[in-house]
Amino acid sequence: MTLKKGDHVRVLHLDPPGHHRTPSFVRGREGIVEALAGRMPDAEMMAYGRRGVDQPVWRVRFRQAELWPDYEGEAGDAVIVDLYEHWLEPLR
Amino acid sequence: MNQDHAHSHDAEHEHHHPHPRQPDVEDAPLSWHMALTEAVADLMVAKGLCTTADIHRTLEVIDAASPAAGARLVARAWLDPVFRELMLADVNRAASDLGIDAGAIPIRAVENRPDLHNVIVCTLCSCYPRFLLGGSPDWYKSKAYRSRMVREPRAVLREFGVDLPADVRVDVHDSTAELRYMVIPNRPVGTEGWSEERLAETVTRDAMIGTGLARCV
Repeated sequence: MTLKKGDHVRVLHLDPPGHHRTPSFVRGREGIVEALAGRMPDAEMMAYGRRGVDQPVWRVRFRQAELWPDYEGEAGDAVIVDLYEHWLEPLR
Repeated sequence: MNQDHAHSHDAEHEHHHPHPRQPDVEDAPLSWHMALTEAVADLMVAKGLCTTADIHRTLEVIDAASPAAGARLVARAWLDPVFRELMLADVNRAASDLGIDAGAIPIRAVENRPDLHNVIVCTLCSCYPRFLLGGSPDWYKSKAYRSRMVREPRAVLREFGVDLPADVRVDVHDSTAELRYMVIPNRPVGTEGWSEERLAETVTRDAMIGTGLARCV
């Protein structure tokens, strides 16, 4: 595991074929790692009937204004998404 | 019903206009997934992997799940700080302590505070803690809810009758991985001294999704 709580990350801006669990609205967006959500079965492998190795999944907090520049709520509002580590690029 | 139509169907009457007919289940074509489900179930029974009785028992277990289970957990957490800590750390184990089976998939509880409101969505599909909340409502699976809850949560919450003041932050939790979420709502004011059973009645399904608040009834 290369990440830890408090790290700033950017979600990879990819659109690979096959199954994955990274919603398009967070791809290319920056967030802050809040916690390790757990080591979880690799959904991308399971979609092809293979168990693979459990992967670290991080709980990442995105400010709404980072996701939607015209967001009409409050500055503290956020979306928290559980993301597989291999989708996250550490910043700094 | 208008005056012209105020008749009894037993009475003799001129009756030339067709009434709309409620379609039978078989009137709609079998979808691809429905056909697949039927075929797999038939094959499993034919190969002796399970019986039709096993399938019906499983369906009964699924149908028996209701928000009452989640509500019991929430009410206990309000009353018992040790249980609350356990629930925040491990919902499945907390449920098991009350004799409730929360299923094999880990569930995480997120707790509202006076300055924080949590709400749950699954933008990719329709993940839902159904062992503790029962079957999910149709709107939870709708594209409108799934897309709008992450885009304009305050507007969607207002449509549900939850109008949050500006000093309450909104955390939207998107269940994308092998984890389910539920909300521990704020305990309603004016419930001091209430029993666990009575408190549980204030905890609705929507309060545990985050599209509602716990309310005295």
